[in-house]
Amino acid sequence: MKTTTKKMDRRSFIRVSSLASGGLMLSFNWLTGCKFSTEEALKMPKEWFELNSYIKIGENGLTTLYSPNPEFGQNVKTSMPMLIAEELDIDWKQVIVEQADFFPDRFDRQFTGGSQGIRQGWIPLRTAGATARQMLVNAAAQTWEVDSAEITTLDGKIIHESSGKETSYGEMASLASTLEVPKDVQLKDPKDFKIIGHSKTNVENPAIVSGKPLFAIDHYVEGMLTAMIVHPPAFGMQLKSFDASSINNMPGIVDVFEINVFKDDYARNFFDTAAFPKLVAIVGNSTWEVLQAKKALKVDWEQQPESSFKMLGWGGGTSDVKIPTGLESTLDHNAKMAELSKKPAQLLRKDGDPEKAFKEAAKILERTYTAPFLAHNTMEPMNCFADVKSDSAVIYGPTQAPEFIRGTLANSLGMDAEKIQIKLARMGGGFGRRAYSHQMIEAALISQKVKTPVKLVYTREDDMTNGVYRPSYIATYRAALDKDNNLIGLHIKGGGVPEHAVHADRFPAGAIENYLAEGFQIESNITIGAFRAPRSNFIATAEQAFLDELAEVMGKDPIDFRLELLDKAIKNPVGERNDYDAERYAGVIKLVKEKSNWGDPSIKTPRGVAAYFCHNSYVAEVVDLDTSKGTPRVENVTAAVDCGIVVNPDAARNMGEGGIIDGIGNALFGELTFNNGAPTKNNFNNYRMIRQSETPKNIDIHFVENNYDPTGLGEPLFPPAFAALTNAMYKATGKRSYNQPLNKD
Amino acid sequence: MANYSLSVNGKQHSVEVDPSTPLLWVLRDHLQLVGTKYGCGIAQCGSCTIHVENIAVRSCQYPVSLVGNQKITTIEGLSENGDHPVQKAWIEEDVAQCGYCQSGQIMQAAALLKSNPNPTDEDIESVMNGNICRCGTYTRIKKAIKSAAKAS
Repeated sequence: MKTTTKKMDRRSFIRVSSLASGGLMLSFNWLTGCKFSTEEALKMPKEWFELNSYIKIGENGLTTLYSPNPEFGQNVKTSMPMLIAEELDIDWKQVIVEQADFFPDRFDRQFTGGSQGIRQGWIPLRTAGATARQMLVNAAAQTWEVDSAEITTLDGKIIHESSGKETSYGEMASLASTLEVPKDVQLKDPKDFKIIGHSKTNVENPAIVSGKPLFAIDHYVEGMLTAMIVHPPAFGMQLKSFDASSINNMPGIVDVFEINVFKDDYARNFFDTAAFPKLVAIVGNSTWEVLQAKKALKVDWEQQPESSFKMLGWGGGTSDVKIPTGLESTLDHNAKMAELSKKPAQLLRKDGDPEKAFKEAAKILERTYTAPFLAHNTMEPMNCFADVKSDSAVIYGPTQAPEFIRGTLANSLGMDAEKIQIKLARMGGGFGRRAYSHQMIEAALISQKVKTPVKLVYTREDDMTNGVYRPSYIATYRAALDKDNNLIGLHIKGGGVPEHAVHADRFPAGAIENYLAEGFQIESNITIGAFRAPRSNFIATAEQAFLDELAEVMGKDPIDFRLELLDKAIKNPVGERNDYDAERYAGVIKLVKEKSNWGDPSIKTPRGVAAYFCHNSYVAEVVDLDTSKGTPRVENVTAAVDCGIVVNPDAARNMGEGGIIDGIGNALFGELTFNNGAPTKNNFNNYRMIRQSETPKNIDIHFVENNYDPTGLGEPLFPPAFAALTNAMYKATGKRSYNQPLNKD
Repeated sequence: MANYSLSVNGKQHSVEVDPSTPLLWVLRDHLQLVGTKYGCGIAQCGSCTIHVENIAVRSCQYPVSLVGNQKITTIEGLSENGDHPVQKAWIEEDVAQCGYCQSGQIMQAAALLKSNPNPTDEDIESVMNGNICRCGTYTRIKKAIKSAAKAS
């Protein structure tokens, strides 16, 4: 791989003194090299010198790196600074990591979603490190009056070999921070990496294990009030009226009033989803007191008529989005999905002549798969701290998407966006849910009304029943086989409430001559949104379970069958829009085959395989079940992953293990149903989550070694886990499952 | 409202709250000990696990009026310097993802090891089953408990 030369955008170097002095920082600082607080802490410098938005260096060499993206457990707060530190060429033990605030003038893409953090930060963050390194080298060159090309660096030291001169980043930081920013800098060749590819433990570990206030829900300021919201009991209902006198005299209650999250004429953006924009807010002195008032408040609800709101288009302009009236139920959704599955739907892709293939088929295999709505259930419920004054606001909240909420906040508060400061809290889980930040607006409106700093906290019940859920899906797969059992056509028809999950250009598209993909949507007033690997988290199972059954019908080994299809996609692909690299896809399947000893006759446990490509990474998984105690339990999971260069290997494995366990948990138990608009589950006593005793005993994750630029890991291991488990369960029970969750209570 | 004198992490605290107030909210709202987390409020997730004397309890279901003179330990007081064997093992195994449930997991694990210094896999599974980790760090939690058992 070539050394990359990159240009640092001047915009990234705007100096902001309050940031350089740490004045805007709220997050808790920990020295990454400091394992326990008993160890001698590194001495804090007397002065910091800012080299760019991401880096400041103290006169004693201690270095602060700002992690730009919101952290929700994907470990970017460790792995993104690793990218900077690598090119800065600093000793990791000299590094302090701080969470950057939302600061669009200083940082690009402060967004957590789509497993894109490392992929899109790969060049910019390394460039920031390399640029600062060059400025330190230039400072030494100027001081020593030598050519900067003769200078090398090593772990924070600056060396001029021929003269034997040596200095340090700390000593040069002051001068370096005044120098011109170099336009072109060299990035390292991957073979020279010393930090990237070498595991670093989570920089926040010491704070996590000792219970430090890391999350927005932990935030406290003197005089702060606590707020909760009361929302309609069902989708399709809205606030009619409430009786403030029913709680006004309760102890600790300060105020109760109505809030409207969005202004009527506001054109919302893609992430401005809110189940119930009109809410009752209760404000009081303590959580327990507000909770009692929340239970006691008398509220009247009414059915919501059909309505609409304005929405911004991706390419500009606005459109009207309709919210249908009615109280929806899962039984009706399922009946409607089944009905529409039998009718022609919107054409998504067609290759060859699928109608002819099915007409001439000797045999047709047709199977239909379904999956329910899912709630995200982040362990930290939705919450936000807001301190809104007449002409400024500080919002400290858990959000994946600060750039999408600031404009909406500004509109709802009637305040210039520039006057709203958004601080990024560590999130107690996200999984897509916190891309939708309506609770930040709710907290801000409440603070604005009571003119006091406020922390809004959702109860678990609020969190689960006021959601932005994973949609409910259906998909029918049909395969046409000729008289010799050759696959001659494939037809996919997917639907959902309110969207389908078909990725028409993904595998097996490209591997089949006659191919048809269709989709249909069913309108709904239940709010849906991104949930870890959107759409893939369902369609992977439908596709991979179908291929598994098809292989069986064709008398082929499931891995050999997939490799045959991919071989066709490599050598002679059908169509031009195929959005995957068939060789890398086949690569992970071959690797999982080897690592799982697939085909070894001595392995008697029921096992299933699946492979999937999403969010730019390729994954194959084999699940082995233990049936010795009756109920099958996952014994082993073997995974093969191609995400290019692995930045932080042990953390990458942790992320992968989490994705697999989450996939197994949701496949077995994940389900949210509705009855007359009301979610039928509202807490962990009735929404079953995977627990310790249901977890695989062993998970082995193997990474393909290559020099591709890195891609993400938060999502890609999740979808194939559902599918590999589904296929393994068939081997254990002899019965194929077509409907999730697999473990219906 | 009533006045309570509570022994938390070796210090005596005085709070005036309604007797029904769960210890969780006394800790978080009145004593600013926010390491103990709110997750479900119905003792189903374990995020709020603390020790009352040496027993792991769910503080969201433990009214302040029941505490009396019993000694309360929260994650902040598990060790003075964050170096309890369980905390050390958690760092060594790099257990956490989001980290939100981990103080509850650690408190539950510390109580387990106190009563059962060498737990089997089955012991760990049965005792830790009350603590949900939404990120799915369960395999690392189990590994960390075993390595803490070895170390202590």
